[in-house]
This record gives sequence, structure tokens and C-alpha cells, in this order.
Amino acid sequence: MSLASDAVLIAKKDMRIEMRSRIVFAQVLPFGGIVLLLFAFALDTDRGVLPIVAPGLFWVTVTLSALLAVSRSFAIEAEHGALYALRLSGLDGAAIFLGKAAAIVLQLLVLEVVLATGVFVLYDVHVPGEAVLAVASVAVAATVAIAAIGTVYGVLVAGIRARETLVPLLVLPAVTPLLLAASRSFEYAIDNDLSTSLRWGSLVGVIASVCVMVGVVAFGPLLEES
Amino acid sequence: MIASWLWRRWFGILTLKALVALAVFGLVVAPPDSEQGDAARLLYVHVPAAWIAYLAFFVTALASALYLWPRTRNDSWDHLAGASAEFGVLCTGLTLFLGSVWGKPIWGTWWQWEARLTTTAVLLFLYLGYLALRRLGGVSSQRRNAIAALIAFIDVPIVHFSVSWWTSLHQQGSVFNDKMDVTINDGRMAFTLWLGAGAFTLLFAWCCLGRMRLLGIESKNSELELEAAIAQRTGVPS
Amino acid sequence: MSVVRLRNAVCLLGRFPALAGADLDVRAGEIVWLSGPNGAGKTTLLKLLAGLLQLHRGTATVLGIDLAIDRHTHRSSLAFAGHDTFAYDDLSVSENLGFAARAVGASQDAAANAATHFGLDDLAAVTHANLSAGQRKRLALAMAFARDADLILLDEPHAGLDLSGRELLDAELVRAATAGRTVIYSSHETDRAVGLNARTVRIVGGLAFQDALAEQSE
Repeated sequence: MSLASDAVLIAKKDMRIEMRSRIVFAQVLPFGGIVLLLFAFALDTDRGVLPIVAPGLFWVTVTLSALLAVSRSFAIEAEHGALYALRLSGLDGAAIFLGKAAAIVLQLLVLEVVLATGVFVLYDVHVPGEAVLAVASVAVAATVAIAAIGTVYGVLVAGIRARETLVPLLVLPAVTPLLLAASRSFEYAIDNDLSTSLRWGSLVGVIASVCVMVGVVAFGPLLEES
Repeated sequence: MIASWLWRRWFGILTLKALVALAVFGLVVAPPDSEQGDAARLLYVHVPAAWIAYLAFFVTALASALYLWPRTRNDSWDHLAGASAEFGVLCTGLTLFLGSVWGKPIWGTWWQWEARLTTTAVLLFLYLGYLALRRLGGVSSQRRNAIAALIAFIDVPIVHFSVSWWTSLHQQGSVFNDKMDVTINDGRMAFTLWLGAGAFTLLFAWCCLGRMRLLGIESKNSELELEAAIAQRTGVPS
Repeated sequence: MSVVRLRNAVCLLGRFPALAGADLDVRAGEIVWLSGPNGAGKTTLLKLLAGLLQLHRGTATVLGIDLAIDRHTHRSSLAFAGHDTFAYDDLSVSENLGFAARAVGASQDAAANAATHFGLDDLAAVTHANLSAGQRKRLALAMAFARDADLILLDEPHAGLDLSGRELLDAELVRAATAGRTVIYSSHETDRAVGLNARTVRIVGGLAFQDALAEQSE
């Protein structure tokens, strides 16, 4: 079988499990929603600070939700030792990585659409019409990067104890540049400064490519150590 | 055995001398900065610490790569990676602390979202995560740790680049500008800075070697423990 | 032909030598029963043979591959069922089987045959979470047998199975051996080994002792 069809096999399996268990949609999504609310409480809403900082808050919320999605993605593999079966199957590590990351990307994109709606409503943000496409493509690239980083660190800690607490410590510093770039890109898009927005967006794209490459190379060897 | 002991002793004394010399030059010989006064003296430790932090993370990555490469696989590389990362994290913390102490009189604030400072802060957490991972151990943790070190190192330039880009776009006209950097126009100041770099490099090497020696003894010890455990398990004296 | 050859194999779980210098020889077409008390090293031995654990010392050759160098290549020729079922709670019996078969490159027919053999046809739509312990065991075995493997490694496959399940399993083991495949399984049930005409290897304290009676009868 080819890399692509193996990756699709894994992604389909993860999505089917999600469709049936609804852990991400029924637990992680509401979690993201309440985080958006909490940010609004924590900041002074009277001063109109929320629309200004909305891009950053949005990406922080997505990242926190992504941590939960990643730990769910590896919890299903650990529950009955399925990681052993994956190792024994002979599937290429790169295919498993791409499949699991793709499933996380799909779940996060749905989550982002809902959260973005929340941001528009709660934070009073307005995205100019011309910027919508740029914002959407940057969102997709950033999501790919977050999912790739999460998947790499997910398998990195899959075999060790205390992994629930370790994943955030490993993932959050690693996604810092990404959050910075994606937030700035969104900010400039909202200010209708498309060229600056796209410059930050291209940085997001570069980071996403690096993350995917690292995952393709590192996932297989890391799976062996799990 | 005795030779290595003598060598270690000699190396330790050299390091100590360099540090004492740094203290003398930094506190007494070097003149106060024309604009910043005595606060500039902090830089004789702050700058070398920052430089060693980067060097240490580079050494960690290099040692991890050498561990992963089948032909050069050796537990010593894993030990070096760990020892170097520990010292690097220590230096990163020191850099942040001294930068903050220096910033208070010079910038008027403990913290500026300045590129180098912010990058260093992110690196601190990046490598704290790596050390936390190392601490957990596990059945075949060395390869895993080595891969984690390489991934962290790939992240360093990305963090550096994005943070500098960010601060260059946002910090214009703020308290921080080029004028606030120390101007090295005195030979004694330049010498002290180089002395600091040298002394810290020696300290780094000395700590790494000592830590590696300890980890080497530990792993030799666990080999002996393994022999005993096998003998006990099989009932056959080894 | 030698399928498994271990010499002084040491395998660590953390710092504990779960295998402490085991020697073992298995030829093609044999059924080998690993017996021995809890904690003797049976599971570790099976995981080592599957390439799931690193060999710390000694030599281990499985299906002609030196495990000290390569723990991957031989995996495509082996089937493994462990204490865990390797299944996903939210997938049904048929979905779990289908995924397992596709992942190892086996046909869906092979998966369907294995399901039928282990009496899982009526449970096809039931999710793993809703299966009983015995039914889960049947599913795990069917997932393992869906693969066309030269070496079949089973860790306590009889545990949790009812009488009919055990009969089905033993029939499958005999059929595999007749077809020239090699079976190594661990079990605490003495009576099952007799019917299978299995060679006994006792695992005690991380060492393997080839059964004296079986050696004589050869």
C-alpha cells in the first residue's frame, strides 16, 4: 500500500472513533468556548480591548484545545495497547503520523469555525471581506503546524508515565513562534493590511512545512521507543 | 586513574582562577560605563551566560545527533547531551535574571519584550521540557531523548527569527533602543567581556565533564547491579 | 529450519532483567508451549521475539533476522496477540477486524474468515467496549489470525475463553502447525498442551528450560 492510502486508513479510523465517541466535539469544543468566555471576564470589556487582542486569544484557545485533542488521539491508541499493533503492522511511521495529524487537523478546523463564530459574537471583531481568504488559509496552515507538533510530542511521550502533564510543557514552548505568527497575521488582516498579514502568513506556512517534515522523519523512530 | 584525577584537579583550579580573575576585572579593573555606570558590570556575567546557554544547547544537539548515528552510538554522548542541557538551562535562567536586574535601572522596568530576552525566555521553557522528559527515563529512553533534543534545537532558530521579527515591528520608539546597549569603547571593558566568555566556557566544560563522569559511574554501577539482579533471578552466582 | 534461536538472551524491563540469559530453539512447524509461574518472563520472551523489546545482551535470531540489528523486517511475517486486545473501544468487531487486516496488508476475506472461525459473526456490529472479556479475547485472536504469518506468538490465548472458544483456538493452532507455521504460546492450562501435542518449554526466573520428556521423545 502507498503512503497516502495508509495515512487515509489511519485518519479514517481516528475520525470514525471520534464520530462515535464525540469526545472532541462534546468535550473539547465546549472547553474552548468557556475559555473564550473566561478571557472576556479576565480582560476589561469596557475598554474595548477584546477586539484588539482577539486574534491572540483565539490562537491560545485553539492551542489549549489542541492539547486535549492530541492527548485524546493517543489515549485511544494506549487504551488497549493498539500502539503495539501499529508497530507490528509494518505500516510506515510517516503514514501513521500523517494520518493521525490529519485527523487532528480536521477536528481542530471544525472547532476553529465554532470558536471563530464565538469570537465574532463575543469580542465584536470584524474581518474585512477581502481578508477572509487570507485568514482562512493562514488558519489552515497554522492548524497543520499545531497538529503536527502535537502528534510528534504525543508519540514522544506515549510510552511514559506522567504524560498528561508533560505534553503541555513540551508542546507550548514549541508552538510559541507559530502562535506569534498566526496571531500577527490575523491582526493585520483585521486591520486590512493584507500584505503584512500575508508576510506573517508565509512564516506560518514555513513553520507548518518544517513541522510536517520533522514529523514525517521522527514519528517512526519515536513510535519504536513508545 | 591518578592521571585523570590530577588532570581534573588542574582543570578545576584553572577554572576557579579564571572566575576569580573575572570577578577582579569585572568589579575593579574595568571602568564604569559612561552612561550606565556600575550597572554595566552585570553584563560581564550576563553576556557570557547567554553565550554559553546557546553553546550548551548546540552541544546537546550535537551530542544527541552523535548518539543517534549508529557508528558513533555511545552512552557518553547521551550523558553529554544531558549534562550540557542542564548547564544550558542554568545559564538561561541566569541570563534572564541578570537581564532583568540590569533592566530595572537602565530601562526602568524589570522586563522588556526585547527580542533576545524574549527568545531566551522561550528557550528556557523549551529545555525545561527536555530536562523533564529526561528525568522520566524509561525502557529505551536514550534514543527518544536524543530525538527530542534535535527537535528542540530545530525550534531555536524559528523562535529566534519570529520573536525578532515581532519585536522589530512592535517596539519602535519604545524605551528600548540601540542607545541603551553598552558601547564598548574601553580596552579594559572589552578584555573583561572576553575574559568572562573564557571563564564561563571553562566552567561549562568543567561542569559537563564532572557530570558526565558521574553519569558514567552511575551507568557502570547499574551494569553491576544488573549482574547481581541476573544472578539473583537465575540463582546462578555470576 | 530454525525459526527462533536465542542464546543467553537478556531483556530488561527498566532495570529488572525480566529475561536473564534465556536459550531457546524452535523449528518451523512446531507448537511450543511456554509454561511457568507468574513473573517468570513469558510475556517478555514473546515481546522480544516480536521485536517489541530491545535485546540487552546475548543473541536472538527470529525467522533468520538478527534482532540486535533489525527489529522490523520479521514483523511482517508474524502474528501477535497479547494480554491487551489491541482494539479500539469505539469501533465494532467488524471495524476493528477490518482495520487490523488493512493495517497488516491482509485481505478483508481473511478477516471475515477469522471472524467466522472464532464465532464472531453475530457480534459484528457490537463495539469493543460492549464485549465481554471472553468475546474480546476472541476478537483479539481473530485480529491476529487474519494475518498470514509464519510465526504466531500468543500470550495466554486460552485465558478468559470458554470451552468452545478454547476448542476453536486449538483447532486453529493445529491447522497452522500443519501448514508449516510455527506457534509459540504461553498458558497456565496444562490440559490444553496435551491435546495440541505441544513441546513444553518451562520459563522460570528469566531462564528457559526445554522440556526433558519432549527432548527424549524426539
